[in-house]
Amino acid sequence: MTLPMERHVLVVFPHPDDEAFGVSGTIATYIKQGIPVTYACLTLGEMGRNLGNPPFATRETLPQVRKDELLASAKAMGVTDLRMMGLRDKTVEFEDDEKMVEMMQNLISDTNPSLVITFYPNYAVHPDHDATGRAMIRAVRRMPEEQRPTIYALAFSNDSKEVLGEPDIVHNIKEAAEQKMGSMRAHISQTAWMLEEMDKRLADGETEAENWLNFERFYTYDFSKDFE
Amino acid sequence: MELVQVERLQELLNNFANEDVYIHLETTNGAYAAHFNESVFNAGAFIRNVIIRYELGKIAGESPHRIGLKLPHGWVYAQGITHFELDEHGRLLMAGHDQTGKLAVALQISKTPFTY
Ligand SMILES: [Zn+2]
Repeated sequence: MTLPMERHVLVVFPHPDDEAFGVSGTIATYIKQGIPVTYACLTLGEMGRNLGNPPFATRETLPQVRKDELLASAKAMGVTDLRMMGLRDKTVEFEDDEKMVEMMQNLISDTNPSLVITFYPNYAVHPDHDATGRAMIRAVRRMPEEQRPTIYALAFSNDSKEVLGEPDIVHNIKEAAEQKMGSMRAHISQTAWMLEEMDKRLADGETEAENWLNFERFYTYDFSKDFE
Repeated sequence: MELVQVERLQELLNNFANEDVYIHLETTNGAYAAHFNESVFNAGAFIRNVIIRYELGKIAGESPHRIGLKLPHGWVYAQGITHFELDEHGRLLMAGHDQTGKLAVALQISKTPFTY
């Protein structure tokens, strides 16, 4: 599938591996089409709980492990503009709200995106996800309407489909499946269990697992139905 | 990290007593707990780089162990500790990992601040 042309795509998530499951195929597809993509990752997932038993890392060595994984994932997707924003995992919602909006404004003015991909506030389960989406939407809302980039928002809370309906944007990313698997495998410290699960489901012929390697889904953020 | 050896860990706890030390303490059942199972009550607590001075540090119980630090005017404790390590920076890292390899609790003591 050829995606509509974009000037620049800005992807903003709080955790290394947030891109892997839901967006890496889309990112890789844009890059294949020659569209510049910037991926800003707010934290290094310092508080990740998957440390293994026996443990393969400690609370103090995990950030470096996940930083290396993030770099490997970026490489797998073909991302050359990766920005690590230096916040700490699980603290994003406690940062000063205005400081967060400024961070997003700086990313926008730096990259001049026609499209922003982030989480849908209140429908993204992890408090860091919601806080990231919230800050980005506030930053875009303050722009003159005609200058605003489109926002593709990711929602996966249990009630998201019930409230928001089906995602209106569906990307067939089959041709980037290899890059997507590359991104998933890069984050092996966090995705090992997920990949195992998926192999099992694929072996059982479950179509949903296949689905996941073929399609990525987003909600076009609609300011007339603003979250606040 | 390795499985807790009671005598060795007790010795290390003694080594950090009676001086100002930086503490990292966290307990969590994960930000996704209530997403995967809506009956789960999601709770946790986290402090990092708070300075304390304890007069007595003690390990108790069989694995998973409990660690208690007695302060002049209070207490710090953690339960569920399975692993420990004195890392290359001389910091005492203790953690509890469940059967699936997920961290459930961590207590860390250092003479220098932990990173951000
Ligand atoms: Zn995340």
